[in-house]
Amino acid sequence: MFFGVIVVIAIWFVGALVMSWLAQYRARDRPGRAFSDKVIGETLHPVTIRQPSAGPWVDSGKKDEKGQPVIISCATCHDTRDPDFKTNEAALLDEFHQGMAYQHGSLSCMSCHHPEDYNSLKLADDRRVDFAQSMQLCAQCHGPQHRDYQNGSHGGMTGYWDLRQGPRERNHCIDCHDPHHPKYPRLMPVFPPKREIGEAVPPPHEESNY
Amino acid sequence: MEPTPTSNGGCGSGCGCHQDPGDGGDGDDATRRNLLKAAGVTLGAAAFAKALAPLASWSRENLSVDEFLQQHYRELDKEQLAAVLKRMEDDTKEDYGADVTITDHRPQKGVKFGYALNLSICIGCRRCAEACHHENNHDRATANSYIRVLEMQKGSIDIEQANAHYDHPVPHPDKFYMPVQCQQCDNPPCVHVCPVEATWKEEDGIVVVDYNWCIGCRYCEAACPYHARRFNWTKPEIPEEEINPDQSYLSNRIRPQGVMEKCTFCLHRTREGRMPACLEACPTGARVFGNLLDPESEIRKVIDNKRVFVLKEELGTKPSFFYFFDE
Repeated sequence: MFFGVIVVIAIWFVGALVMSWLAQYRARDRPGRAFSDKVIGETLHPVTIRQPSAGPWVDSGKKDEKGQPVIISCATCHDTRDPDFKTNEAALLDEFHQGMAYQHGSLSCMSCHHPEDYNSLKLADDRRVDFAQSMQLCAQCHGPQHRDYQNGSHGGMTGYWDLRQGPRERNHCIDCHDPHHPKYPRLMPVFPPKREIGEAVPPPHEESNY
Repeated sequence: MEPTPTSNGGCGSGCGCHQDPGDGGDGDDATRRNLLKAAGVTLGAAAFAKALAPLASWSRENLSVDEFLQQHYRELDKEQLAAVLKRMEDDTKEDYGADVTITDHRPQKGVKFGYALNLSICIGCRRCAEACHHENNHDRATANSYIRVLEMQKGSIDIEQANAHYDHPVPHPDKFYMPVQCQQCDNPPCVHVCPVEATWKEEDGIVVVDYNWCIGCRYCEAACPYHARRFNWTKPEIPEEEINPDQSYLSNRIRPQGVMEKCTFCLHRTREGRMPACLEACPTGARVFGNLLDPESEIRKVIDNKRVFVLKEELGTKPSFFYFFDE
């Protein structure tokens, strides 16, 4: 009796082994059960940050004789003028920059723009910083956002999640946030879903005044 | 009933019935029998013709023999799979006029996909849903998408009260927005209920469907607590020039009528190392995607450092999709 049980278990065990071996063998020529055989190198592709299109210049709104917009360097005017450290909104300016929306905390123009060199920006400790490195400037106050940016959880991106397979391009702060009024603008949603058959229609949306 | 000699007249000469002249009663019965036979044959023939009628209108547009006899995806060997992919490309050319490439993307070793979404940043613009619609060759008529963006009351997480049909400038100050798509559960109810094993979980965590094995019973749609599965009520309509030609067997190839479909984290992109289409479309950067098995990945940094939750955790579905808030 005991011997019989042992034999049955042994047969079952051997059978299971053979089956699993067979399954493995069969899986080999079943592509749908296999991993990708693509060989991926260890070299990482670069992560680039979109360069801000904004710079130390301003569009005059005029066109030259060739139809090209007339771009004027900031220093063209500001080199010969004394900065007013109190200015904190466009309405206070007598000429130029009129109508510019400005809503960025209690900062004034000279909080970020360099008073002696309008072709660059200025950190809180008066150090000069290029427009191209403006992220450094933003990070002074927006530490948590900068930390999240560095960790990859703030800011849009395109390209490859796997840098071994391809490069990635990341947005700059000012791709989404206009430095003069950084709140992300409210917009109309796209692509409304169609109601499915039988889907309940929710009560009309109460519109609040906003 | 008393038979009369004249009753034989009903069975005239040439009718072929062998009747004993001495037994007029048989003649009467035979007549009725013949009538019934004739009626039966006529009806039968008509029914048979009707039953065969679909065969007459049988065309490749419905189902080719090869398609009908096709094995389950996981049982195909290399040659069969190559033939199937070729056939599908030809069919797409014939049905939609588009030249497409249908590839078979397999998981990478050492990769398990995870997705995280920052509810503090999402503004509910629905660009992800739109990108999904185009990337995955969805039916234009139904404006289908694997992503449903829910507008939720701030301070609540009651999905019953959510609204997916909002059409006012977003974000509304009293609301937050929660896009919901397939959560690629580690314990997927949709897979458990499938009666024909047409859907299963792959090694990299993606729950996939063999659209050619699915019988369209919609059990999975009923089982999914996230309402993430869609049914193709009609043959998808897509203009030729809008078809995304970069297709994959388990992912965004144009689905046949009558089968289920679902988000695959764009496996035709992500298994090549690229980001999913919804992430690239997000204008605010609310989405984070990556490899959960890589401790240095962005998705792991989110899970390690942020306040993360999964949707309907109490159901034990173990999603690979995470939501988080900024502090």
